[in-house]
Amino acid sequence: MSEDPILSVSGLSKSFNTVQAVRDVSFSIPRGKTFGLVGESGSGKSTTARLVLRLVEPTKGVIRFRGRDLSSFSARDLRAERRHMQMIFQDPFGSLNPRMSVRDTLVEPQLVHNIGTNAEQLRTAERLLAEVSLPRAALDRFPHEFSGGQRQRIAIARALSTNPDLIVADEPVSALDVSVQAQVLNLMRDLQDRHGTTMLFISHDLRVVQFMCDEIAVMYLGEIVEQGPRDRIYGAAAHPYTKALLASAPGKGSGQRARLKGEIPSAHAVPSGCAFRTRCPHAIARCASEKPVMRDLGNGQKAACHLLDTALAA
Amino acid sequence: MTAHIAPMPAEYVSALPEPKTVLDVQNLSLSFRNAEGLLPIVTDVSFSIAAGEAVALVGESGCGKSITASAVMGIAPENAEIGGTITLNGNVISGLPPKERRKLCGRHMGFIFQEPMTALHPTLSIGRQMTDTLKHNLGLGNSAATDRAAELLDRVGIPRARDILKGYVHELSGGMRQRVMIALAISCGPSLIIADEPTTALDVTIQAQVLDLLEDMRREMNLAMLFITHDLEVVGDFCDRAVVMYAGDVVERGRSEDVVRAPAHPYARGLIDAVPAHDDGRTRLTPILGTVPPVGQWPEGCRFAPRCNRADEQCRTRPQLGHVGKTDVRCWHPLEASA
Amino acid sequence: MLRYLGKRFLLILPTIFVPLLLVFLLLRLSPGDPAGMMLGDQATPEQIAALRAQLGLDQPIWVQFGIWLKGIVTLDLGNSIFFREPVMQVIPRYAGVTILLTLVALTLAILIGVTMGLLSAMNRNKPIDRGVVTTAVLGISLPEFWFALLLIFVFSVTLRWFPVAGYNPPDAGIIAFGATIFLPALALGVRQSALMTRMMRSSMLDVLNEPYITTARAQGLPETTVIGRYAMRTAAMPVVTVAGLAAGYMLGGAVAIEIIFALPGLGRMLVEAVGRRDYPLVEGGVLTISLVLAVLNLLIDLIYALLDPRIRYQ
Repeated sequence: MSEDPILSVSGLSKSFNTVQAVRDVSFSIPRGKTFGLVGESGSGKSTTARLVLRLVEPTKGVIRFRGRDLSSFSARDLRAERRHMQMIFQDPFGSLNPRMSVRDTLVEPQLVHNIGTNAEQLRTAERLLAEVSLPRAALDRFPHEFSGGQRQRIAIARALSTNPDLIVADEPVSALDVSVQAQVLNLMRDLQDRHGTTMLFISHDLRVVQFMCDEIAVMYLGEIVEQGPRDRIYGAAAHPYTKALLASAPGKGSGQRARLKGEIPSAHAVPSGCAFRTRCPHAIARCASEKPVMRDLGNGQKAACHLLDTALAA
Repeated sequence: MTAHIAPMPAEYVSALPEPKTVLDVQNLSLSFRNAEGLLPIVTDVSFSIAAGEAVALVGESGCGKSITASAVMGIAPENAEIGGTITLNGNVISGLPPKERRKLCGRHMGFIFQEPMTALHPTLSIGRQMTDTLKHNLGLGNSAATDRAAELLDRVGIPRARDILKGYVHELSGGMRQRVMIALAISCGPSLIIADEPTTALDVTIQAQVLDLLEDMRREMNLAMLFITHDLEVVGDFCDRAVVMYAGDVVERGRSEDVVRAPAHPYARGLIDAVPAHDDGRTRLTPILGTVPPVGQWPEGCRFAPRCNRADEQCRTRPQLGHVGKTDVRCWHPLEASA
Repeated sequence: MLRYLGKRFLLILPTIFVPLLLVFLLLRLSPGDPAGMMLGDQATPEQIAALRAQLGLDQPIWVQFGIWLKGIVTLDLGNSIFFREPVMQVIPRYAGVTILLTLVALTLAILIGVTMGLLSAMNRNKPIDRGVVTTAVLGISLPEFWFALLLIFVFSVTLRWFPVAGYNPPDAGIIAFGATIFLPALALGVRQSALMTRMMRSSMLDVLNEPYITTARAQGLPETTVIGRYAMRTAAMPVVTVAGLAAGYMLGGAVAIEIIFALPGLGRMLVEAVGRRDYPLVEGGVLTISLVLAVLNLLIDLIYALLDPRIRYQ
């Protein structure tokens, strides 16, 4: 098996008119691992998810998927390549076609990509249902007959139906209750272990990301500000924004929270230099004039912050 | 945490003035009447909130927390039949006709809703919405109302208050909108604030700011707060006491640190275990098996029994709310305090 | 706001130009000859040709159009072939009647429509609601001319409350004017008011479910304010649209009513002028109607912008 990462993006950027939604994002995901993208509104994480699959065309940047440059694919080849990359969306009510039975929903991706005979497709659908712990009787039912958690399971089963190499999950459990979240997260972990699927996991919930992901990138206003293995990010965060995010999360006890002042700037008016400087408690003059570069901090951790210069030099 | 005084030992109680109880809910029940009869939604809910105290109504979707809050507010749907007693500042309000009930809103009770984009009028200016309520509830004139509105916006941390008053909801960010909602809620000096998932729709860093703000307001104005949420961590941080609901029942009630750190009810315990914790080496979460029974399909006896691994024959009878250890629990087999 | 109105104003020009061009071409290219009609059967070809030259009808069509366009700019619309008076003098005599009729009809329609719609929405599914909805359906199905005849039969012939036909201008006294305008306005407005009732009802029902109405009530505001200001502000928008369409319809469709009630209005004048191939008068009439409609639409746009500030910034 090749050592190439399943997915590697470099310099990925996307602008909508004057809004720079994603700016110069680079990361790679080794086979079988889960990579997390964390951020708040305007961070660009959802747009990045769509760029990676070329559901939205990037303005700049290279996407290498399964060793090949995805941007070079023709429309037809891209469509064929989609069987290797699938997506799970946030809204369990919107992502399933209300007029299609569960059977149709699970068989459709196989039909589109000409996988197997009719009988085989149906068997796959049944097997997938069992894997997501739904009864066989569900095949004939329609989305509105299921709860949110169950619909999300169907969405996961659908994503697995073409046996993809990569699954992109965009806030898959954010719309679910806590106890249901736990069920679905466990399920995703189990399935990943069993199938060896690589996952790109997008969420704003730090607790969920910590549970699911091996490596994490923190995004702010379209850029990655820090990136590294899970334990480094949660145990020894280097970037002030990451630290603030972790400290803002409830459950730390009030009084300990380092309050970030101000609002998230609009994507129309990204601050010069370091985009985070308007809210950073440690901003210095250099932060306004010079954009920080991504510095390697060792142990696979990287962060873009001028303050780290002095720390490294020390 | 807050400056809330822990309950005093019994022998000292008579010597101290009781903290004033602002809201008292006793045996609240709510049902809808449909073709087949009476459909219970919420049964036998009791709790009270003192001035300066924040009490959380915690539960997942379908537990009845939101409709309990709407019953307290007096805006439950018309066809709902409501039983029990609700007392506000010593006056019984549950028996009042709707018109009288409405008069309490704004002046004595303030509300903060979850999604401020839709909870504020899209085409009336912020100032208009604020002055309307100030003029009606406090009888202020136009300029007095505008001044006070600007003052309020300032107090909740909105810069350039006068400009914002002339602006509209869609021009503000999520955090700003929620601050406006808070300003609106406290504008007439109510004694009780009911907040329905006020930070759920906000970004994490903004959430923290807004919670801080609510905390400041609560202390400054000695407000009683009813805080509806599904997030136990927020409850632990922010609220003094917690009332956990499941399928229309109160299943546990007590000080929030007790309920959140070491709950006695298996459901509450399950909620804690289901959340990915921060410093946890677990590779699997411990979910609660099964799903919440929908309204109308509640089992006889303990409603949580079908999903509980401690259930037995006894659980076919509905348990009563009783004090066990540090909290009130509705369970035949509550967990040990050390669990 | 000014930019918004300015843009809308510029759009008036094509709105007027296209119908004018169409009418001009259709008229002049259709069979029938005004000169021949005026001179009658006994005219000789030379006499007809002479009159044609005098009227400028022998020029190529695009020259005629050019002359006419120049005329509009200099406010000289030519002379009516039939009346032998400047068009600019003929039209106001008739236009005034039609505009007044439309205004009264529109006012009646709005008053009835909004009131009925509100009553209906506030008493959903109660008897009054069902009554209003049924009446509205009937109203939409009624042909106006039939309703006009019915009104005449009941109120003029049987009850003798109103004159059967004829027109008293406003300066003849408000009662006299009202007597001749009321039934025609009612007949013209009934269908539009039914449409407005339905729109008001459904719009209000939607709005009443919105969270901001709950907030308004939670602020302790009296129900009259909640409905009258908070609900109406948003619920009125679609009704304004319907009112605009209604006005356009009434302006153009008043012909039958004018004929039945013998009102000397623009519609009647136009029909007769077309029959006589009185080109300048027809074109002048169409220009008038187009202008009035354009101004009306500008007014509607203004009302939109007043009701909804988000529109002003487009």
